[in-house]
Amino acid sequence: MNDPSPPARRTEAHLGAWALIFAVAAFAVVAFAYVGGWLAPNRLTPARMVNQFQLNAGTFPGYRRNHAKGVCVTGYFESNAGARPYSSAQVFASGRTPVVGRFALPTSNPHAPDSSVPIRSMALRFALANGQQWRTGMNDMPVFPVSTPEAFYELLKAQQPDPATGKPDPAKLGAFFGSHPESGPFLAWVKTAKPSASYATETYESLNAFVFVGADGVRHPVRWRMVTETTDGGSDTGKAGDPDYLEADLTERLSQGPLRWHLLVTLAEPGDPTNDATKAWPDNRRTVDAGTLVIEHAEPQQNGPCRDINYDPLVLPAGIEASDDPLLPARSAAYATSYLRRTSEEAHLPGTATAQPEARP
Amino acid sequence: MTTDTQTFTLAARVLHWLMAILILTMLFIGVGMVASVSERHELLIRIHKPLGIAILVLAVLRLVVRLRHPPPPLPADMPALQTLAAIASHWLLYALMLTLPLVGWAMLSAGGYPVMLSESLRLPPIFPVSPVAFAVLRHAHAWLAMLLYLTFLGHMSAALYHGLIRRDGVLSSMTGYRPASHVHELPRQP
Repeated sequence: MNDPSPPARRTEAHLGAWALIFAVAAFAVVAFAYVGGWLAPNRLTPARMVNQFQLNAGTFPGYRRNHAKGVCVTGYFESNAGARPYSSAQVFASGRTPVVGRFALPTSNPHAPDSSVPIRSMALRFALANGQQWRTGMNDMPVFPVSTPEAFYELLKAQQPDPATGKPDPAKLGAFFGSHPESGPFLAWVKTAKPSASYATETYESLNAFVFVGADGVRHPVRWRMVTETTDGGSDTGKAGDPDYLEADLTERLSQGPLRWHLLVTLAEPGDPTNDATKAWPDNRRTVDAGTLVIEHAEPQQNGPCRDINYDPLVLPAGIEASDDPLLPARSAAYATSYLRRTSEEAHLPGTATAQPEARP
Repeated sequence: MTTDTQTFTLAARVLHWLMAILILTMLFIGVGMVASVSERHELLIRIHKPLGIAILVLAVLRLVVRLRHPPPPLPADMPALQTLAAIASHWLLYALMLTLPLVGWAMLSAGGYPVMLSESLRLPPIFPVSPVAFAVLRHAHAWLAMLLYLTFLGHMSAALYHGLIRRDGVLSSMTGYRPASHVHELPRQP
């Protein structure tokens, strides 16, 4: 094809077209960057949430960014079919479902002494026979301190140690709780809470609400808890001077035999808040015993079967769904970020933090 | 069936524009969901997985259509470098359309997650559980998605260049819309 016009004039003639092409491409780049959060430095992203954990406690390569210190356990859930009318999940049919779990401390430092926090957590992964899974992470406290991801992030920021003292600034914490009255029930509980001497004696609460869906399609907002059968508080032997007494206690107890918890499911009444983990539901709500969790073995997390499990509370089987609690998607998103960071460190990918000699790979 | 050798077959055009919408939606969903802690995060992930598998199925179908019906030839007077870029970028697009869903599926498998397309529909794992493989595949998924978006930007800009500046019939071979004045001024490779 012969073009009579010289190249320069031709380019000039197409200036408008070039400008249009450039504008369309530039718009596409900006739109993508905006959606990806790169142009919104104030948007709360999972990365910023997890960064704050690292700012508060430091970075411990290969470990979870929160609940870093823990121990793997294995066993099974023996369903009594009690929850069957409310949820079609296979785990609630009669029979056993294998469980890989983890007890842990809500701290980002895997070397923190067990007495440094008054809270213990239990995470479970139920592997259903149909290939679906149910993952849940629970704490042994009655309510959560905040109800939104934004407030949780603000709380983390208020807890960031002051470089001068190495401790959180009490004024900042005071200011946070002053402007967050919803933390009242948690603060009242934590005032009297003592670090327990055993994982076994604790009852662990889902805190967030979920929705059970029955085979009939009827939706039931619920919360659940694992109520321990262990009443013996145990001796405190070995506790003094041993910063890792919880794992020692658990191993000792399991050498005597399995430990048991009952899964109690509380059904909400209309009006009970499903989107606010700072508010307990009234005590008189209908509660169903769904079966027994039997924990048989414990293993150190370094090479235990729980190490590579992300206990994302939104990995749910058919028959259990998320509620409208805004903390749930935030937990799911932040756990995914933590999981990617620690697995990347395990893979020694370029740009990831490297493990110190004493830390596990 | 069309006998017009200047235009992609109807099947190719329908697949192209349908997948253009799906893939662009997918890229925006992907980049948005990993940057969000809100309910959006959950909603977008629930769309992301079945949509990814839909794109994989359509990409296979499209590859079959592409191999059975060669596309219209590029204009004979196109500079060699542009022709090369056109051919390479098209095969790159095909490779990414097929690879990205597979990497996503393998990544969830390696992470030990059940690959749920809906409340109860689950795909089998296609990769053994391995945290190291998960990390590599998860990063690969993100970087390949970035590469796909960049390739899309080049593809779209080139299409507009053909349609607005060269006016050589390449854009209309995919839109199917061919202004009468263009048809006879377009010498093509035989």
